[in-house]
Amino acid sequence: MNRFAGTLTLTRFALRRDRVLLPVWIVIFPLLTVSSASATVALYPDEASRIIAASAINDVPVAIAMYGRIWDPTSLGALSLLKLAAMGGVMIGILAIMLVTRHARAEEEKGRTELIGSAVVGRWAGLSAAVIVTCTAMVAIGALSAVGLTAVGLPAAGSWAFGLAWATTGMAFAAIAAITNQLTVSARAANAMAMIILAVAYLLRAVGDISSDESSPSVLSWFSPIGWGQQVRPYAGDRFAVLFLPLVFTAVALWAAFLLESRRDLGGGLLPDRAGRGTAAPSLASPLALAWRLQYPMLVGWLAAYVILSGIVGSIVNDLSGMLDTPEARRMVAALGGTDVMLDAFTAMEFAMIAFVTAAYGIVAARRLATEESDGHAEPVLATSVSRTSYLVSHLLVALVGTALLALAQGASFGLATAAQTGSMDRVGATVAASLSYLPAIWLMTGLVILLFGFVPRLTFLAWVLLVGFFLVAEIGALLEWPQWVMDTSPFAHMPKLPAAEMAWTPLVVLTILSAALMAVGAWRFRQRDLDTP
Amino acid sequence: MSAAIETVDLVKTFGHTKALDGLSLTVKEGEVHGFLGPNGAGKTTTLRCLLGLLRADSGSATVLGRDTWRDAVELHRHLAYVPGDVSLWPNLTGGEVIDLLGRLRGGLNGQRRAELIEIFDLDPTKKSRAYSKGNKQKVALIAALASDVELLLLDEPTAGLDPLMESMFRTLILEWRGEGRSVLLSSHILSEAEALSDRLSIIREGRIVETGTLEQMRHLRRTSVTAHLRATPVGIDALTGVHEVVVEGTHLTCQVDAEALDGLLPLLSTFGIEAIVTQPPSLEQLFLQHYGQAST
Ligand SMILES: Nc1ncnc2c1ncn2[C@@H]1O[C@H](COP(=O)(O)OP(=O)(O)O)[C@@H](O)[C@H]1O
Ligand SMILES: [Mg+2]
Repeated sequence: MNRFAGTLTLTRFALRRDRVLLPVWIVIFPLLTVSSASATVALYPDEASRIIAASAINDVPVAIAMYGRIWDPTSLGALSLLKLAAMGGVMIGILAIMLVTRHARAEEEKGRTELIGSAVVGRWAGLSAAVIVTCTAMVAIGALSAVGLTAVGLPAAGSWAFGLAWATTGMAFAAIAAITNQLTVSARAANAMAMIILAVAYLLRAVGDISSDESSPSVLSWFSPIGWGQQVRPYAGDRFAVLFLPLVFTAVALWAAFLLESRRDLGGGLLPDRAGRGTAAPSLASPLALAWRLQYPMLVGWLAAYVILSGIVGSIVNDLSGMLDTPEARRMVAALGGTDVMLDAFTAMEFAMIAFVTAAYGIVAARRLATEESDGHAEPVLATSVSRTSYLVSHLLVALVGTALLALAQGASFGLATAAQTGSMDRVGATVAASLSYLPAIWLMTGLVILLFGFVPRLTFLAWVLLVGFFLVAEIGALLEWPQWVMDTSPFAHMPKLPAAEMAWTPLVVLTILSAALMAVGAWRFRQRDLDTP
Repeated sequence: MSAAIETVDLVKTFGHTKALDGLSLTVKEGEVHGFLGPNGAGKTTTLRCLLGLLRADSGSATVLGRDTWRDAVELHRHLAYVPGDVSLWPNLTGGEVIDLLGRLRGGLNGQRRAELIEIFDLDPTKKSRAYSKGNKQKVALIAALASDVELLLLDEPTAGLDPLMESMFRTLILEWRGEGRSVLLSSHILSEAEALSDRLSIIREGRIVETGTLEQMRHLRRTSVTAHLRATPVGIDALTGVHEVVVEGTHLTCQVDAEALDGLLPLLSTFGIEAIVTQPPSLEQLFLQHYGQAST
């Protein structure tokens, strides 16, 4: 039988399944791009103002590490889309990975592929459909972004360079996910493995970009799909030829994925499932132990990533003072309040952003309650003598303790990395306090998940929507001059922005009480309602 | 004897679907009670109400003398449940799941656990994701049967088991009853429920339509007979207890009450029997026979 037989049917099936979600993503990405670009266009009307803004970034290693370099300081487009080149590359990479896994490994894990496989469907059809759907989405996002950017007045060539760079970055990560989907048995693990590669790609280009000179990055950036996207240099040279790198990479990686697919069993992975223990550890005897058992691998992964990334960022931030070797730069910093003040400002900025990532972990961990229920795993547990409350609290505790540990790891690792360079532990306390100070806002998001779970478990995803909204408020709200009341809806906006500003206890106490209330109401409602069944 | 399970006028609706419509069910202590009904009749919904996983709209339900909703946590110490669609944590091994569920219920008999694993021929070191449907069912069954509890609630427990395992299962259930413990066994297969049950309740569209011992339900049993004869049969429909007689040449089909088989077979042999097949009626056929009019 033709191994691609049925690809079209499965593609149509996948598109039908995603008929709401996919268009939403395809519209959100270009909207984000266009709104952020048009806001910047208004901010820097003349070339002189752009050059100042560009050098404020090019002279600061943290900014380069986070966003990349501006290759043409006079270019309006390069300045407006700086954040969306690296960060956007990460976001589109995440989307591509999730899409491929959702339609390939997740389907297989649930056993749907087996059903379909017995119909007239070739071996490669499932993976092909997943890749086709994802790559189509990537191209659509890229093309819409290009059209939108041209429409707000940026040069057409640069806009297309940007859109195509995004699309091909997404495709490269789709191909990477296609490979990890062959290696592991669970969708969760396939996603995790691809995300780790994504994080490494981001880091490679961060390190590569810092060690770059005016004209070219270090070789490290050329090993990263995110780096490729940036090296297309939209609005700053428009090097379309660079697009061949991700395209060739995608082709080769996909070829490898299909090759691997033919070498494994349906439902199996290439990495073998080791035999486990025949009896449970004596400690596996409570709902909390179960929640921990289910969730700790993910938490450990997050903690490791936090320690490493925060350590890197922490040591880069400290480099700041060493990098300021030009007299103008020193004068500028002095005018802004001295290196310590600058350091505090950068630290506060980076911590405010990481708080959203920590909140994301809290949402994932708390939403496990909803997925456990819809997967039918809650039923056997609640049919034993486990109360609804202790069941809910078990996963909630993982979310609360997990977010606290992450915040602690981030603050400590960041502070210690700085200390290792300055030889003084002075700042460690301050950075730990700063990262912990975001916990009330983070827990409010966890509380929201619990509240939704208590009432309508199917709607817990709304917590994600709100988190993205609050993130936009923080990142581009001020830029777009959104009204103050909109900005005030975000719990993150009320946090005291340590260490740059003074500690303020009131918002912390209020938000903590509020999140406890959300959790209590959610738990109360969960005790009343029917258990959902798969 | 007191009742292990007692529900009175249980009503449960999902949106516009009335899943339970005044269900009154009694299971006596120490009996295996067959709970029969076609797909969608409300068996699973009943069991979930009995477990306090669903909250009934009205009516009352007590299990082992306790309220199924208010006293759920305490009650669950004394019963074990095997869901119809067993779904296990893919990362945990079968052995871990058995221990976990047993411990959450309040303890497991270790020796019994080992015996059951042997009997069911289960590899407890495998990750759950590698188990077939039947093996997942075995895990849930072992976790339930190795518990020291008074009552078993089983929702179509043999759906994924092969015939050998199914007969093991029957032996185990009879052993279980021998120790004076109770079982509520939901099934849509008449023969399975018949083989095990002391009493049966038949559910249809959310209500109990028949309840009693096998003897009392004899009238429900009508065997379908198909025969190839050497000569064209005559006078078959004149026999009492023989229904729906269809004769096509030398080919005969009919439905026969259990008591009437004795009269039919000698008569058929006078025409010369080439081949004969008898089949107990499926549950669905039963409903068509006995309740067909009621639903229209
Ligand atoms: N969670 C639910 N939501 C909506 N309808 C349900 C739900 N659970 C069961 N039903 C409906 O209730 C009826 C009884 O179902 P069920 O108890 O599963 O039957 P059985 O187990 O006898 O096959 C069916 O019509 C089914 O569709
Ligand atoms: Mg059922």
